[in-house]
This record gives sequence, structure tokens and C-alpha cells, in this order.
Amino acid sequence: MEKRVIFKNRVLPYLLVAPQIIITLVFFIWPAFMALYQSVQQEDPFGLKTTFVGLDNFAYIFTDAIYLNSIKVTMIFSFSVAVIAMSTALFLAAMADRVIRGATTYKTFIIWPYAVAPVAAAVLWYFLFNPTVGMISFFLKAIGIDWNFTLKGGQAMVLVILASAWRQISYNFLFFLAGLQAIPKSFIEAAAIDGASPAKRFWTIAFPLLSPTFFFLLVMNLVYAFCDTFGVIHAITEGGPNEATNIMVFKIYHDSFESLDLGGSAAQSVILMFIVIALTVIQFRYIERKVHY
Amino acid sequence: MVEHRPWLTFLTHAILLLGCLIIAFPIYTTFVASTHSLETITSFFPFLPGRHLIENYQQALTVGSGEVGATVGSMMLNSLIMALGIAIGKISISLLSAFAIVYFRFRFRMFFFWMIFITLMLPVEVRILPTHKVVADLNMLDSYSGLIFPLIASATATFLFRQFFMTVPDELCEAHRIDGGGPMRFFFDILLPMSRTSIAALFVILFIYGWNQYLWPLLVTGDESYYTLLIGIKRMLDVGEGQADWHIIMASTMLAMVPPVLVVIFMQKQFVRGMTETEK
Amino acid sequence: MADVSLRDIYKSFGQNEVIHGISCDIHDGEFIVILGPSGCGKSTVLRMIAGLEVITQGDIAINGKVVNQLEPADRDIAMVFQNYALYPHMTVFKNMAYGLKIRRMPKAEIEERVQRAARILELTEFLDRKPRQLSGGQRQRVAMGRCIVREPKVFLFDEPLSNLDAKLRVQMRLELRNLHETLGITSVYVTHDQVEAMTLGDRLIIMENGYVEQIGSPLEVYERPATIFVAGFIGSPAMNFFEGRASRDGQSLELSGSGSLPVYPHLEPDFCDKAVVVGVRPEHFSLAPEGDGTIKMQVDHLETLGADTLVHGKSGEESSLFTLRLPDIHNYKKGSSLFLSVSPERLHLFDKQSGKRIGD
Ligand SMILES: Nc1ncnc2c1ncn2[C@@H]1O[C@H](COP(=O)(O)OP(=O)(O)OP(=O)(O)O)[C@@H](O)[C@H]1O
Ligand SMILES: [Mg+2]
Repeated sequence: MEKRVIFKNRVLPYLLVAPQIIITLVFFIWPAFMALYQSVQQEDPFGLKTTFVGLDNFAYIFTDAIYLNSIKVTMIFSFSVAVIAMSTALFLAAMADRVIRGATTYKTFIIWPYAVAPVAAAVLWYFLFNPTVGMISFFLKAIGIDWNFTLKGGQAMVLVILASAWRQISYNFLFFLAGLQAIPKSFIEAAAIDGASPAKRFWTIAFPLLSPTFFFLLVMNLVYAFCDTFGVIHAITEGGPNEATNIMVFKIYHDSFESLDLGGSAAQSVILMFIVIALTVIQFRYIERKVHY
Repeated sequence: MVEHRPWLTFLTHAILLLGCLIIAFPIYTTFVASTHSLETITSFFPFLPGRHLIENYQQALTVGSGEVGATVGSMMLNSLIMALGIAIGKISISLLSAFAIVYFRFRFRMFFFWMIFITLMLPVEVRILPTHKVVADLNMLDSYSGLIFPLIASATATFLFRQFFMTVPDELCEAHRIDGGGPMRFFFDILLPMSRTSIAALFVILFIYGWNQYLWPLLVTGDESYYTLLIGIKRMLDVGEGQADWHIIMASTMLAMVPPVLVVIFMQKQFVRGMTETEK
Repeated sequence: MADVSLRDIYKSFGQNEVIHGISCDIHDGEFIVILGPSGCGKSTVLRMIAGLEVITQGDIAINGKVVNQLEPADRDIAMVFQNYALYPHMTVFKNMAYGLKIRRMPKAEIEERVQRAARILELTEFLDRKPRQLSGGQRQRVAMGRCIVREPKVFLFDEPLSNLDAKLRVQMRLELRNLHETLGITSVYVTHDQVEAMTLGDRLIIMENGYVEQIGSPLEVYERPATIFVAGFIGSPAMNFFEGRASRDGQSLELSGSGSLPVYPHLEPDFCDKAVVVGVRPEHFSLAPEGDGTIKMQVDHLETLGADTLVHGKSGEESSLFTLRLPDIHNYKKGSSLFLSVSPERLHLFDKQSGKRIGD
């Protein structure tokens, strides 16, 4: 779709796109190229000389147990976040779609955590589960669970998953509710007349119609867990204990700024970049409808 | 639909209420903790607000905590500057580029369009080090421009405005031409006022996005005077083996949550619109 | 005040030529209507006059000055669009004042002109409203007002009434005509509605497929349509056509299978013994006793309109339906036969091959 009516001007359009294009080039495209470039270079320990090493960096990181662990941790973490956040949100949205009175109030109360930054969310949960001052850790101890996520990897993982999923429930809820409310009431009513119970109606009618929303949210949640949860890890566990929560994005940050492993962190960046690009391309099927080119 | 299953309705409300409570619980405890003294928080777990509210918040805002070296007040100001800068910056440059792409034909138009599109696939997280290097080379570390500019490219906003401009009838532009106005006049007098609702919706979500940035400020700020509040809170937690100032941390966290939460609550319509229209 | 002349105008969109050479002189103060079916290029012509489309070939002159290269704003024209194109975020006052403001007219004069236009259009009480708070007819008037305040040399209208309901359309048509009489500004008006064209236009340009078929006053195009297309397009119900042959002596026409009709004045020798198309308007038949020079009609069905009755029927077995309009109420049975005569000066003859009018 194109406009029939256009302005004629040789210079103006370039001036208009210039800010966006310059920022994109300088801060997006160029660094992305640099990451690609550095991923095939090796810098000597003094940072004086770089040599081309082909795919050695990639070969190296894929034999590195820490990196392989990081991939595993990222997968467990991301899918757990997506599953918890989406199932809780879907359940609450299905409930909110049923109520007639108070629906907007519930909605307000469920969506506002989305405004809370992932790091702030991390601090909230960190506080609750803090082994010395946390209220929940106190109760856990009281029922006989030896809670100390600073030492136990599994517990640390549970905590970062909860902290990351909590805020994402709001996001998913918003889209599930919008999706449910867009389903024509006549579909549901027809099923009700046929005598289907509310639960059956939900699974046989509403849920299949929600599948595009479901798919869209799955991708969005994965991208969120891959990238935006950096703050959660950084604030609560710093990848520990013992690499148990060392997700890929955190490891890249750590290797870049603490271990100063340029080639290795660049190779990791490139891999994460390809994962995000792949997810975005899948997602593109949905955006496409809006882009029309 | 009329349905007579009172117990089911009751159950639905009960579940929703429980959901709301569980979701709100972490925030409630944070609020409670922010109103007690450190001794109270560390010795037992208060369930009800205490009497140190004003004192804690005042200390956070004007003194800060431990070694951080910046007050919450100044860090909030930095967060605000960054959030506004990002929101306004993204909206401005996206409006301009969408205007160019929709209302002009020029060489590389589609090339530019796809270049903007690519930014969707390249979040900061996948290019941490090289972006940091660019900013360092440009001497933009520890500056507001370093906090803001690298984040203001926006494919989403550009697409949203492009989408909206496509729905503006051609005749409006023609009428404007006959009235004697040029392209920029059309942009400012006609398109901009007509885009108000989209701009408002986008502003809400971009403000929240900007306020909640963490990784980027972490990379570009070393000097405390440029710390944003979220960076500051993380620094407050870094006490090693020592005792964290939980009462101040909790008050600061409340302060970090209040602006975006208020924006969502009071501009819920724009927020929901912004979320569902941009889907990102 | 201005005259507008189109000199052999062509227009192509890419490879696709849609206007194939149009010439016309529009006189000062004239109300010209461009009429034609959808897609024939009316809007394109109008938009070329406005300067919204580039002219591929030919010249457009306003007051003798070629304006091909001028921007719309510099041609001193004003245009009313089909969807009005009001600025949705501006009040009625601002909508009307905007063009003047861009031209840096002093505030006081803008105020005065807008108030005057508002008075003429009875919009004074709506000046503070936004377009969406107005009815269709009021919006239409605002669009008019936006043009009036500019006091342009030429008004251009692109189907300005087509978004209104039937009743309002009639009313606005009258207002438009009155307005033209008051202001006397040269106007070019595009429509596909022939009633609008006939009632508003001083002259009509009838277009088909990017060609001009005829230019003339409403009466001329009705009484002396230049082509089969114009003949069929103007008038409702449409003109009836019969295929036939001119006799050798040029004094009568043999209609295929339905009798023969006398022609007067006699045909030029060029057309004798040639295939022709004969056109007769439904209202120009009269009932006659059976005999020579009549057409026999087999009644198929009737439409009773009150003042008139439309009779639809066939003249022969294989011929197609044609229509006849009789004053008053009649009641013929299906299948009954009527004999019709037409006075010779009411016949329209067209060359079958070229579609052009024969004789005069
Ligand atoms: N911008 C364009 N690009 C390509 N072809 C066009 C364009 N504008 C019009 N046309 C073509 O030119 C021809 C004439 O169009 P125009 O809009 O002038 O018709 P019109 O007589 O105004 O019809 P209507 O009564 O439906 O408005 C049509 O075949 C149309 O498809
Ligand atoms: Mg048209």
C-alpha cells in the first residue's frame, strides 16, 4: 500500500530520516558488525595485536563447559518463565473474562506490575526470599526446607524464575484478555445452548481461537527471558551460585567486562543475536500484517 | 450471557481476588518494610506499616544509602531525564522518519525502511561490548546523551506512525497543498495534531520502557552523578558480607516503582492502547 | 474572474494513457459540469486543472496564462473534495481560516471573510465546532466555505454531493446553484449524476473512457446527443435504440422486424442504404392506430409512477425490451399490442459503425 499523494522535494526526505538512520547506523548496525568482526578475531593478552582466527572462537566456546552450561541454564530459565507467566496469565484472563462486575478493577490490579522494572521486581523477590531477612525464607525454614539460594543452585533458579515471571504475568494477561474479549460472544453462547460446561467451552472454543495470541506471547516471553531479564540475574545472583543461573546474556556481560575475553564474548553475542533474529523472524509473520511491504 | 451458577461466579471472584493479592504481595511487603526501622525489619517480619515512613523516605531522598554516593532524589532526576529523553526522542525521530517514508519518494527509501526494521532484531543485549565501545569512542560515557541517544532508534514507533499516516486521507494533503502549505507545515499543522492519541499511547509505554532501563545505564555510567535510580538500588544491595540498609533500599524501590505504576494506573487507556498497537 | 482553457490534454499513469486529448474553453463565470460514468477520467481532468496531477501533454491556461508548472496554491483555485477533506482537529472557523493564515492575511481580514462566508452558508453558529460534531450537509458547507473565503478565480468540485442522502442532495444542489449566481465564480463540477449535471450546469462536458463525447448545454445534449453513448447516458429512463437500415431514397428507415419509420428531413445520400442505429426517447412515442410508419409493441410489464406510466415491451420476437413513457395511468395486459408512432424530428440517427450522429 502506497500513498497516491506525495510531496516533491529532493533533500527534505533525507533530512527527515537522517536522525533515525544515523542512530541506527552508529548504535545498532555498526556495533552489530563489530560483534561479527570480533567474533572471528583473537586479541593477544596485551591488546596490542589482533589476528584473524576464523571460527575458532565459536569452536572454543562450544567446547567450553561453562558456556554449554549457560545454554542449558538459559533454556530451562526461559521456558520456565514463559510457561509460568503464560499459564498464570491465561488462567486469570479466563476468569476476568467471565466476570461482569469489577472486571476493570481486576484488570487494573493485574496489569500494573508490568510497569515495575525487572530489576525492581528482582529486589522485591530478593527481599522476600533473603535467607536472613526474608519473610518467605523464614516460613520455608519453619516447614523444614533449608532455604539458602546463595548456596543452592536449584533454589536460586527458582527465585530468578519467579522474579522474572511475576512481572510478565501482567503483560500476558493484557493480551490474553484482549484476545478473549475479541471472541464473538455468539460462539460461546451457541456452545452454551448446546450444553457445554464453562470449562469445556473454554478449551474447545476460546482456546483454539486464542492460538495466534498464544504463539505471539510465547515468542515475546522467550525474547524477554533471553534479554530483558539481565537485571534480575545481575541484581539477585550474578549468575551464581556455581553458574547455576548464568544465563547467556549475563555471561556475555560478565565475559566482556570482567573476564575481558573479547573474541569469546563476541562469539557469544553473535549466537545470541542469531537466536533473537530467529525469534523475531518467526514473530515477523505477525508483524507482517502491519507492515505490508 | 445470563448464567445461573452463583457458586461459579463466586469462585471466579475468589480466584481473581487471590490472584490480585498474590501479585500485589511482594509490593505490599516492600511498602511495609519501607516504613520500619532496619532493626525491626531484620529481627522479625512486620505485616503492618510502621511509623518510620517519612523518616526512611526522607533519608533515601536526601542522604541515600551506604557507599552509593548519590541520593535517591538525584538518581530519580536522572531516571526521569533518561525516561523523558528516550520517550520524546523515540517519538520525535520516528514521527519524522515515518513522515519521510510515507509522504516522499526518494532513493534508498525501502533500504532505509528495512534498516530501521532491523533494529527490532538487535536489542542492546546482543551487542553489549561494541556498543559500549562506540559510546566510549564518542566520549559519551557518563553523560545524558550517552544514556539517551543510543536507545532512541525505534522500528516499532516508526511502524506505528507509518501505519497511522497511511490511514490519513490523501485529500487532506491535497487540500493542504491547495491551501498553500508546504510539507513541514502539513507535518506540524495537520499530521502532528491528528496523531495525538497515538503519540500519547506511545509516550506512556516508552516512558515506562525508558524509566526501567537497566543494562544500558549500567554500561555507560561510572560516575555516581549519572546513576539512575535502578542502578543505585543495585549498588545499595552490594554490601558484601555487611548488612544492607533494607529500610532505605525498600523505600528507594518503592520510589523506583511509583512513577511508572502511576502512569499505568492513571493512563490505563493509553497504556493498553500503546501495548496492543505496538505489540512490543 | 477567469476563463479556463484546456488545450489537447493527455494524461498517462505510467504506460497507461487515461485521458486521450481533451480540449475545451470554459468561459468566465460559467458553471461547467464534467459528466461521465465511473472511471472515465473526470477526476483526473479536474485534478489536472487543480495542479494535483501532472499534465502529460497539452496546456491548461487560466486567464490566458499557461499554468502547467504552477503549484496548486499558485493557480488561484479552490477545490471541494468528495469526502470534504476537512482538517478533523480544527474548528470550523480554523478550517476556513487556515488557507488564509498560510497566505499571511491580516487577522482582521481573515475574521471578516470567514464571518461573511459563514453568514452566506448559515454556519455562523457552528464556527466553534469540530467537523465530527457536524452533520453531512453542514460539513459540505464548511468545505464550500473554505473555498469561498479564498475568493479564488476558479472553483473545482469533485462529486461534492455524493456522500449526502437523496433529500439533502436536492437541497444542496439548489444552494450550490444560488451560490454560483451570487458569486459568479467560474466553476468546474465533476459528477456522475445526470440530474445534478442537468440542473447545475451551464454546459456539460460528457466524457467516456478518457475521450470527450460532447460539450454542450443541458438542452443540447438532451435534444441533439452527438453520439450513441451520450444519447444513452442522458435521460431517464434511457433512450431506446433500434437497429435498422436507411432506405435507398433516404426517406424512411427499415427497423429490423418491427416496421418502418419515415425520416424528415430526408437523409443525405451518403447515409442512404446504410446500417444505422435509431434512437427514440421513451417520452417521445405516441400511441397511433395500426398502419404504416408505426412500431408494433408487445407489452411485457408496466411501472405505474402516478403521473406517468412506463410500459416495457418488445417489438419483435427476438428484439430486446424497450420502454415507452405515457402520461397518466394506463392499464395494459401483458401480451397486448400497441402501435406507436414517432414524429420524425424526434428521431435520433446514428451511424452504426462510428456511433456518431447523422443529420442534425
Ligand atoms: N494515481 C493513479 N494511478 C494510476 N491510475 C489512475 C490513477 N488515478 C486514476 N487512475 C486511472 O485513471 C482512470 C480515470 O480515473 P478517475 O479517477 O479520473 O475516474 P473518475 O471518472 O473520476 O471515476 P469516479 O466517478 O469513479 O470517481 C481510471 O481508470 C483509474 O484507474
Ligand atoms: Mg472521481
